[in-house]
Amino acid sequence: MTVEDMKVGRGGFPWRIRVEQRLVRPRWVSAIVPVLSIVLGLLTGALLIWANGVDPVAAYVAMAKGAFGSKYALGETLVKTIPLILAGLGVSLAFRMQLWNIGAEGQLHMGAIAAGGIALFLPQKFPQIQPWMWLVIITAAGFAAGALWALIPGALKAYLNVNEIITTLMLNYVAILWVDYLVNVPWKDPASLGFPLTAVFPRELWLPRTPGLFFLTPRHRVHLGLLFGIIAAILLYVFVTRSKWGFEVDVIGRNQKAARYAGMRIARNVLIVMAISGGLAGVAGMAEVMGIIHRLQHQISPGYGYTAIIIAWLAKLHPLVLPVVAFLFGALLVAGDQLQISMGLPVAVSFILQGLILFFVLGGEILSYYTLRIERVSS
Amino acid sequence: MEGETARIAVEMRNIVKRFPGVLANDHVNFSAYEGEIHALLGENGAGKTTLMNILSGLYRPDEGEIYLYGRRVVFNSPRDAIAHGVGMVHQHFKLVETHTVAENIILGLDKPRFFLNLAEAEQEIRRLEEQYGLKVDPQAYIWQLSLGEQQRVEILKALYRGARILIMDEPTAVLTPQEVEELFVTLRRMAREGHTIIFISHKLDEVLAIADRITILRKGRVVGTVEAQMATKEELARMMVGREVLFHIEKEPVEPGAPVLEVQGLRALSDRGVPALKGVTFHVREREILGVAGVSGNGQSELAEVITGLRESTGGRVRVNGQDLTNAGARAFIDAGVSHIPEDRVHVGIVPSLHLTGNLFLKAYRRLPGFFLNWKQMREKAKELLRHFDVMAPNPDVEARTLSGGNIQKLILAREFSSRPAVVIAVHPTQGLDVGATEAVRQRLLEQRSQGAAILLISEDLEEVRALSDRIIVMYEGEIMGEVPPDAPVEEIGLLMAGTRLEGRGA
Repeated sequence: MTVEDMKVGRGGFPWRIRVEQRLVRPRWVSAIVPVLSIVLGLLTGALLIWANGVDPVAAYVAMAKGAFGSKYALGETLVKTIPLILAGLGVSLAFRMQLWNIGAEGQLHMGAIAAGGIALFLPQKFPQIQPWMWLVIITAAGFAAGALWALIPGALKAYLNVNEIITTLMLNYVAILWVDYLVNVPWKDPASLGFPLTAVFPRELWLPRTPGLFFLTPRHRVHLGLLFGIIAAILLYVFVTRSKWGFEVDVIGRNQKAARYAGMRIARNVLIVMAISGGLAGVAGMAEVMGIIHRLQHQISPGYGYTAIIIAWLAKLHPLVLPVVAFLFGALLVAGDQLQISMGLPVAVSFILQGLILFFVLGGEILSYYTLRIERVSS
Repeated sequence: MEGETARIAVEMRNIVKRFPGVLANDHVNFSAYEGEIHALLGENGAGKTTLMNILSGLYRPDEGEIYLYGRRVVFNSPRDAIAHGVGMVHQHFKLVETHTVAENIILGLDKPRFFLNLAEAEQEIRRLEEQYGLKVDPQAYIWQLSLGEQQRVEILKALYRGARILIMDEPTAVLTPQEVEELFVTLRRMAREGHTIIFISHKLDEVLAIADRITILRKGRVVGTVEAQMATKEELARMMVGREVLFHIEKEPVEPGAPVLEVQGLRALSDRGVPALKGVTFHVREREILGVAGVSGNGQSELAEVITGLRESTGGRVRVNGQDLTNAGARAFIDAGVSHIPEDRVHVGIVPSLHLTGNLFLKAYRRLPGFFLNWKQMREKAKELLRHFDVMAPNPDVEARTLSGGNIQKLILAREFSSRPAVVIAVHPTQGLDVGATEAVRQRLLEQRSQGAAILLISEDLEEVRALSDRIIVMYEGEIMGEVPPDAPVEEIGLLMAGTRLEGRGA
C-alpha cells in the first residue's frame, strides 16, 4: 500500500479502505468472535446444503428437531456431549499452557482399550471384587491409560523439546490401529461372525445412568460420564483459577521466559498437564465404551478428540463455558445423523459445519486484531 | 545554527496523533533548518518517536500538515517519505543478518530492476563512506558487525536512498563512548553538507553536546524550542519533566560488610555456543554496589543469567552467603534471596498479558501458605505495593503490558525488593527510562544498599555506574579487564571497555 495506492486514488474514487493493526482489542470484539463464527459457519454451510439440492432452512429445522426436538433427541445429544466435555477439558488445559495436545483422539482410544481389557478379562479372575469397585478401577485405568499415552509426547517435549503437535497427532493413528488390531485378532469375539468386535462387557460393569434426568425418556442412554464431565469441569475451574499450580500453568502459557525467570519448573508442569490432559481424554474413551458401546469395536469415536479442539477454542479455554459449547457440538453430531436419515444428506455435513466454524473462529481471532478505516485518498 | 539565511527544511504544523486511550501528539508544531542538528528531547512516552514516525511516513497524522522545503507533502508510507528525502534510523535496526552490507543497502530498491550489480552499489557505498566518514566494509555480513557498525549501515542506507533529512531515534543507546564521539563527528559533517539531522534523545548531556537547537516535548505537547548554546541541563530537565530534578545522587556513606555474592573463575557459553565468560572472579559485599561497566555483548548478559540460575555455567563457582549455588537453577537462587532485575524487562521481567497482582506475586506465590491462593488478599497486598513503589496504574487488575516502560520497571522493583533480598542483580536498570523513572530506580537501588543488600549493577550508562557504585569492574570479551574506583577518569574506564589493560601504566 504505497505508490500503487496513490495511483489508484488518482483515478477517481476519493476514498479507500485501509487495514490497520489494533493496539488494544476491545472486550466486545473477543466476545463476539465465537458467536459470529458459528453464525458464519452455519450460513456458509447453508450454501453447501443448497448446492446439494436441499433447502437449507428445512435442513436446519430438521437438524434442530433432531438434536433438541424430543426427549429422546435431547438424551442423544447429551450422550454425545459427554466425551466432548471430557476430551475438551483435557485439550483446553493443555492449550492453557500453550501445549498443543491434539492427541485427544488417541488418548481417548487408549482409555477405551484399558477399560475394555479390564472389563473383558479381569472380573472372571477376581470374582470377589464388587461391581462398583470395578467401576472405580476401570475409571482409574481409563484415566491412567490416556495419561500414559499423553506422557510419551509430554516427556519428549519436556526433556528433548520435541514438537508436541506432531507427536500427539501421530500417536492418534497408532492408538486407533491398536484398537483395530485388538478387535480383529486377540480380543475378537469368536461369536461375532467375522465382524471386528469384542464380546459384550458383563452387564453389571456397564456405566450406570446419571441419576436425576427424569425429564428424559425412561430409556435414555445418558450415563454417569456426564456427572464425571461436570465434576471435572468444576474441579478444573477451581484448580486452574485458584491453586498455585493453576497460577504456574497460566504463567507458563503466557510467558515461558518469565516463568523460568520466576523459578517455575516448566518440564515438570509439561508432564503434569499432559498427564491430566490425556487422562481426561482417556476417561472419555472409557465412558464411551463402558456406557454406550459396551464392547470394543472398529470405530469407537466419530472424531470426538478432534472436535474437542474446536470446542476448547470456542470456549476460550474456560472450563465452565466448555460444557455448554460441548453440548452445542453434541447437538451438531446428532443433527448430522438426522440429516442423513430425513434429508438424504451425508453425515459429513456436520463435520463440514464443524470445520467451517473452526475456520471462522481462527480467522476471526486473527482478524479481530485489525481494524478497517475508510479514509480520503490524498491528492 | 547557520544564521538568518538558513532555509527551513522541515515544518510540521498542528500535528495530532491519537492512539487508543492516548493523545500521543497534541497539536505539535515543529520545524528544523537545513544544515541543522535539531534534538527532540523528552521523556519516554512524550511523543518524540510518534512525531518522527509521522515525518518518516510510518504513521499518518490524524490532523496537521507537513511541509518540506516549503512544499506541502503527504506520506502514505516510508517509501513516500524516502522519495522526498526523509530517512529514519530506528532504535532497533532493520537489517538482514545473513546478508552483506551492500545487499542490505540496496534491499527493497526498484533500481536495479532485475539483475543485481553489487559492484556498482559497493562503489557508490564506498564513495558515501568516504564523504561522511562512515567506515564499514560493504562486503561484510551484518552478523559480523558491532552495533555501532550496524548503525552506520542504517545511516548509509538512508543516504544511499538520497536522504536529505535524517532522523536518528536514540542513536547512542547501543554505542561505546568512543563510538558516540565518532557518530557525532559524522553527524556534524553531514550537517555541514546541508543535511538536516533530527536527533531523538532523552539524555541531556548528549543533546547539549550535539544539537544546534532543542525542541522539548512533554506529554505529547511542545514545551519549547531553545538554542543549545543558551540552554542548561537543569533548565532542560525542568522543561522535560515539569519539575525540578536532582542530579546529584545522595549516596549515604556506609561501611560494606562481609562478601555475600562470590563468583570464582566462572565460565559459560553464549546462546551461539561460543565462550562468553572466560573465567570471571569477583565478589560483592553487604551494603555495597559493585558496578559492571562495559559495552553490551561482552558477557554481561551471560554473567547475569549464570548468577541468577538461568544459564548453566561450564566452570567455576557461584556462592551466596557461603552456600554453593553453581548451576542450582533459578528457584534455588530466588530461595537464597537473590533478586534479579532482568535486562529484558518486558519479555522476561513480567508477564505482559497478566494482571499486576499476578506479576507482583510471580515469585512470592510459592511462599504463601496452603495449596490455594487467596487472590482477594493478594490483590490488597498488590495495591499496597503499587502505592509504595509509586507505580502509576489505575488498579491491580490491569494487564502489565498497559503500563509504560518506567512503570513496568517500578513494578519489577516492587516485586524484587519487597522480598528483602540479600543480593540484587540489576541489569541495565534504567535503560530507556525517562528522567523521573530513572531517578526512582536509582533511589531504590541505594535504598537497598542502605538496607544491607549486596548489589551487582550491570549498566552501559557509565555515568550511572560511576554515580552509584562503590567499586567498578570492567568487562571485555568475557573477561574482567580491571577494577577501578568510581571516581576514576572516564577515559581510563573507556580504555578498559575497549579492551586495553591498565597494567604497566604505573596506576
